[in-house]
Amino acid sequence: MSFWTFLQQNWSEMLTLVREHLGLVLISTLVAVVIGIPTGILLTRKQALRNPVLGIANVMQTIPSLALFGFLIPLPFIGGIGARTAIVALVVYALLPIIRNTVTGILGVDRNVREAAVAMGMTDRQVLWQVEMPLAMSVILTGVRVAMVISVGVTTIAAAVGAGGLGVYIFRGLRQYDNNLLLAGALPAALMALAADFSLGLLEQRFSVESRKRLSILSKIALAAIAFVLVLGVYGSWRASRSHTQPIAGDKRLVIASKDFTESVLLAEIVSQMLESRGVAIERQFELGGNLPHDALVAGRIDLYPEYTGTAYTAILGHAPITDPRAVYQQVEREYAERFNVEVSVPVGFENTFAILVRGADARRLGLKTISDVVPHARTWRAGFGQDFMSRADGYPGFSRSYGLRFAEQPREMDLSLTYIALASGKVDLIAGNSTEGRIAALDLVQLADDRRYFPPYEAVYLVRKEALTRGPVLSEVLSRLANAISTEEMRQMNYEVDANKRSQAEVVQEWITKKGF
Amino acid sequence: MDDPLVQFRDVTYSVPAVAAPIISQLNLSVERGETLVLLGESGCGKTTTLRLVNRLLRPTSGQVLVEGKSTSDWDPISLRRRTGYVIQEAGLFPHYTVERNIGLVPALEGWENLRIKQRVLELLALVGLDAGNFAQRYPGELSGGQRQRVGVARALAADPPLLLLDEPFGALDPLTRASLQSEFAELSLRLGKTAIFVTHDLREALRLGSRIGLMHAGRLALVDTPEKFLKSDDEHARAYIETLRLREDREDEADPARGDK
Repeated sequence: MSFWTFLQQNWSEMLTLVREHLGLVLISTLVAVVIGIPTGILLTRKQALRNPVLGIANVMQTIPSLALFGFLIPLPFIGGIGARTAIVALVVYALLPIIRNTVTGILGVDRNVREAAVAMGMTDRQVLWQVEMPLAMSVILTGVRVAMVISVGVTTIAAAVGAGGLGVYIFRGLRQYDNNLLLAGALPAALMALAADFSLGLLEQRFSVESRKRLSILSKIALAAIAFVLVLGVYGSWRASRSHTQPIAGDKRLVIASKDFTESVLLAEIVSQMLESRGVAIERQFELGGNLPHDALVAGRIDLYPEYTGTAYTAILGHAPITDPRAVYQQVEREYAERFNVEVSVPVGFENTFAILVRGADARRLGLKTISDVVPHARTWRAGFGQDFMSRADGYPGFSRSYGLRFAEQPREMDLSLTYIALASGKVDLIAGNSTEGRIAALDLVQLADDRRYFPPYEAVYLVRKEALTRGPVLSEVLSRLANAISTEEMRQMNYEVDANKRSQAEVVQEWITKKGF
Repeated sequence: MDDPLVQFRDVTYSVPAVAAPIISQLNLSVERGETLVLLGESGCGKTTTLRLVNRLLRPTSGQVLVEGKSTSDWDPISLRRRTGYVIQEAGLFPHYTVERNIGLVPALEGWENLRIKQRVLELLALVGLDAGNFAQRYPGELSGGQRQRVGVARALAADPPLLLLDEPFGALDPLTRASLQSEFAELSLRLGKTAIFVTHDLREALRLGSRIGLMHAGRLALVDTPEKFLKSDDEHARAYIETLRLREDREDEADPARGDK
């Protein structure tokens, strides 16, 4: 499918994402201006506060954005999932350039001019508003411009906490190896950054003393237009953010979340559609990054999300990996009930374990069947793993020890969905993918058998807040129908339909539900 | 009223970071209508003395009286609005037109627009700038001499009884400086303003001052009329006068009256 046809087909969705993106950027920049400029002014008056406050703002900006979203989720009022959390995080990033430039701008006003103003009998307030602010304005606007361009970029990551925006396309495009999606996300974001840079640059020039000219009618109209678009954008996204804020107490909607990969989205969509067809109102908070779904579930922000027993057992509960599926399931079930008041559903029927993958060509040439077969070749090979695999207890360190594997160099750590492409295109020679990944066959990759039984079981289950189950019998009925209902082949097929054939998740899920008669 | 307009009484000014006081034990009266020139090399405390008058600084000990009232008892805003202030780089607001710069204090004082406009025209004429040509320009579009004229006009705008001038012509080329000096001398005589004028240039001091106060290392070494100043045998005054002679020797070698030492 060409990019052009893609645009024609997804035009309205893309516009919605652009609007969400723009709204997040504008609101957060506005809030940062409202907080940052007065703070900056205060810092020019209270010298003792200057370095501590700038230091804090500096440190806040160095927090990786996904980590910051993680911190924010469990917090009351400012935390949670959705636009509000994203705005809080965006404001945190936007503050530093605005505060710093306000301070620099005001302190940079010519000493003679300031002294003349004071000696002329201006009050501190008059000096500030009539002399310092106008003269510092172009420097302050540079700060706002930098903040805004940063916001456009960081907002793409806000999709990970369900805030929407163009990041939805970018994350989805990465997962599905779909350049159209990537372009449709990245191109408007880049254009937006350029537009913000350009229009604020224009505004900045108006305030710069060197090029001071009286405003022509034309530039007045241009400035009015910019202001109008800003107001409209802020209003629009305020409306939008009101329409999907989090459920409040007493709201009967079920909030269903997923992790940020196709299979998790499909599993969440299956439950959602089945519940909807039974008359339950659903709010979807799909594609949350990292461990955000778990944090959100424990914090009561969401009611349900699909998980894997092995992940829960090792990554969340922190146990050393074991290989007995029964033992893992029972331990997870018991601990989740005790610690989180969360129920673990009966496994849905398939396992999604780590699949150690090599190129089909290599497997055939070298006769590779098991992971142990790789050991003699590994010294000249390079490996690429997702961040998850590199860090978790059942991941790389134990894996390499268990098989005695050594690679030519330290494995590359990259986004999981990129590792498939990296392997297929020869950038790396071995990866740890998901066994239900739809692209395994499409890219001619071969899964090697785990002959030493290193990997723990990863049975797919749903994690549900017990409180949600008490709201009515429908949810329990749906979950019991899904027990052992999805085979590995079915899951791989659904993944493939979405990832390789670019079909919509909703459509694929609906087909499957119809076929199953659910 | 015969009491001096400005009076320093045992004024000492020091800052915590520096051991020696910047000004020590200064006693000085500035009479109404006179132009007192404070003369001295860089760092002698003459600018600090000036800044004590409009309360940009406050004395560590002693008192500065303006119109008989200690600056500590003045409301600093009304004190400063009654005091014109001109500094070396003029300190004009680069984002205001010449007209707004000059009309600044009247506007702060809440004059009507029409009255401000008339006053600005009057002042532009007074400092020799053509209103039609200059009123709407920005300071960045003026020469150094023109900026300084605007600076003087701005200081005069609300007709303050006292003018403080801190090397206002210091950054100008010699020709412009000379013409501004004579215009200022004529102007202050005509307007009957009291002025304290800081400079390090003895010629300027001699040309403009009704009295010259020589400062050295934070102390007032000498205050006297220009004529008596030239005859003084104070060592610092002699040193200044020598430089003048040396310069004139070189400028005018043919003059026998000022031959050798």
